[in-house]
Amino acid sequence: MDLNKDVQNTGGEQVQPVPGQKLLEVQDLHVSFFTPAGEVKAVGGISYELNYGEVMGIVGESGSGKSVEAYSIIGLLQSPGKVVGGSITFEGQDVLAFSKSEMSSFRGSKVAMIFQNPMTCLNPVYTIGNQLMEALRAHDKSISKEEAAKRAMEMLELVGINNVQKRMKQYPHEFSGGMRQRVMIAMGLICHPKLLIADEPTTALDVTIQAQILELMKDLQKKTHMGIIFITHNLGVVAEICDKVSVMYAGKMVEQGKVDDIFYHPGHPYTLGLLRSMPRVDAEEHERLIPIEGTPVDMLNPPEGCPFAPRCESCMKICLQKMPPYVELGEGHRSACWLRVQEQLKNQKKEGEHNG
Amino acid sequence: MAEDKILLEVQNLKKYFPVKGVKGPGVQAVENVSLYIRRGETLGLVGESGCGKTTLGRTILRLHEPTSGRIIYDGKVIFDGGGLPEPVRDAEGNVCRDEAGQLKYQTEAGGGDSQYVPSKFYAEKMLPYRRKMQIIFQDPSASLDPRMTVGEIIGEAIDIHKLTSSRAERTERIKELLGRVGLNTEHANRYPHEFSGGQQQRVGIARALAVKPEFIVCDEPISALDVSIQSQVVNMLEDMQADLGLTYLFIAHDLSVVRHISNRIGVMYLGSLVELAESYELNRRPLHPYTQTLLSAVPVPDPEVSRSRQRLVLEGDIPSPMNPPSGCRFHTRCPYATEKCSQITPEFKEVEHDHWVACHLMDKQ
Repeated sequence: MDLNKDVQNTGGEQVQPVPGQKLLEVQDLHVSFFTPAGEVKAVGGISYELNYGEVMGIVGESGSGKSVEAYSIIGLLQSPGKVVGGSITFEGQDVLAFSKSEMSSFRGSKVAMIFQNPMTCLNPVYTIGNQLMEALRAHDKSISKEEAAKRAMEMLELVGINNVQKRMKQYPHEFSGGMRQRVMIAMGLICHPKLLIADEPTTALDVTIQAQILELMKDLQKKTHMGIIFITHNLGVVAEICDKVSVMYAGKMVEQGKVDDIFYHPGHPYTLGLLRSMPRVDAEEHERLIPIEGTPVDMLNPPEGCPFAPRCESCMKICLQKMPPYVELGEGHRSACWLRVQEQLKNQKKEGEHNG
Repeated sequence: MAEDKILLEVQNLKKYFPVKGVKGPGVQAVENVSLYIRRGETLGLVGESGCGKTTLGRTILRLHEPTSGRIIYDGKVIFDGGGLPEPVRDAEGNVCRDEAGQLKYQTEAGGGDSQYVPSKFYAEKMLPYRRKMQIIFQDPSASLDPRMTVGEIIGEAIDIHKLTSSRAERTERIKELLGRVGLNTEHANRYPHEFSGGQQQRVGIARALAVKPEFIVCDEPISALDVSIQSQVVNMLEDMQADLGLTYLFIAHDLSVVRHISNRIGVMYLGSLVELAESYELNRRPLHPYTQTLLSAVPVPDPEVSRSRQRLVLEGDIPSPMNPPSGCRFHTRCPYATEKCSQITPEFKEVEHDHWVACHLMDKQ
């Protein structure tokens, strides 16, 4: 079935997404959790842009703030979490200024989210069909029941579920893990969102099912030109599906760039460490892994300066005192590391000598 | 590094879980698995969730009572469900092997010595083996008692097996174990919730090591950990193996880590072993169609490779182990399935040196 046509039919006044145009812009976002033990700066000033038709991966360990950042875009931050600074702009609109009702119509119809565990996100006492139709009718009150059922069935077919007539009447427990995640994707896409946030959508699945879901997402993304933010800790999945990558550590974005830059020319010791700590694919004999020593940061008492400094093998004096600025390493590739700052200064000096 | 002596052998092991109100054998979690593990080697076990790899690991340790089959550990039969040809034993009750490591069987039924007792071992008899065979569980937070300190958790195993004679020796041993897994001695007085996931897993490893085991079943020991911590634990497991001469059965669904740590890898599908080979051989030349798709499904952390390679994607889901397909259990999803596959169960046989496959496609060659 042709989804492009479908978008035009139902989209009405909506703008047809054009690949390459700016969809989302996040600038200097700060999110804090005000806990009894003190303020936890879960996200400490991150910025990025996402275009239509682009897949951006956010990589980081648990507790690095990658999910919190995504939740603040879609307005799902729970108390005591709060956006304390920065801006989020979606198609030119300021998301943070939305009222409650604006937010709920924005959520679902423009931005959709897929969560890690599909079982906890589907209501066990309603049929799949019921839940899909509810998602659709929540955003479009005028749509008739029959029409909604038809759309729901089309959506299920699109995500590769057979025998939809029967499946619509079944409950979540009658579906396998992979099938449930397909239902979640169908539910996320039923209102044709322009941005899909996928929070570890394949982590709970087996590799063979993960491969199916990744293929499906790639396929749907090509058809709809939506932007996807893909949160994961699996670098293999990133290499598979993403166009660009942001690497997060302790609430900071330590490196950002195109997928090839990140994998072949990593500019931050943390990125390099992650890549080195994985077994190589083409290894023909046993090679010892090089782990990143130490443990992740305690976010209640983050260290001064660069958060990665205590675990970094090339840590310098300045790393423990000041957070490094971003250094441009190439087109769209930047990293926050004093090593790169040093290199840049050296290069500038050389150029200065040449010119002078 | 692997000696050639076989430490553990499993023959035609079956584990069925009966289901209430359903006729028939119930869930056939492990179906006719035969394998052996040499002393000092690591055997990896991979497969999708629900394929019975964890059940197999636990059944070998007799944490689940096997339905039938035979388990031989270090020359002694620790479980015999009957129905298999009887091996020849020496005066001490050890099974005898020929030079190639194959079991010698008694030639006449009922002949030979009378030491064979066709009954199951009881838990008391299992106790000395519990000391030799240990397990590291997948979820560290769920496998440590939240109301015991780390010292108590590790000390309990020492007490049960009466491994130390004095309190001071016991404390010393706990400190030594904590040091070995990279924790501080002060950590002995803390509770599990005070640790991060990686540290909890280290406690779980220290607990398994407390009784000086020879054989450890590692049941997905790193899947619950962060990427940067995983490699720390993998390296630690490797070091311990080298220092203490341990033998591992390493269960995981992450093929890249299994390939890294294992000498040989077994691939399971729906309760049965479908392929078993040396790990790099399996990586280079997977013979079973299921292994091929499994390998191609693993995401490669290299953008150029993942863009260029051809991916085999399996259709459909894993069938229910309560009602497995007839013949080859993989035939419902296999791209090369023929009539024969749905009728006759393929035999698990050695097609090349140390490369075992259960597939009818191998017959044609």
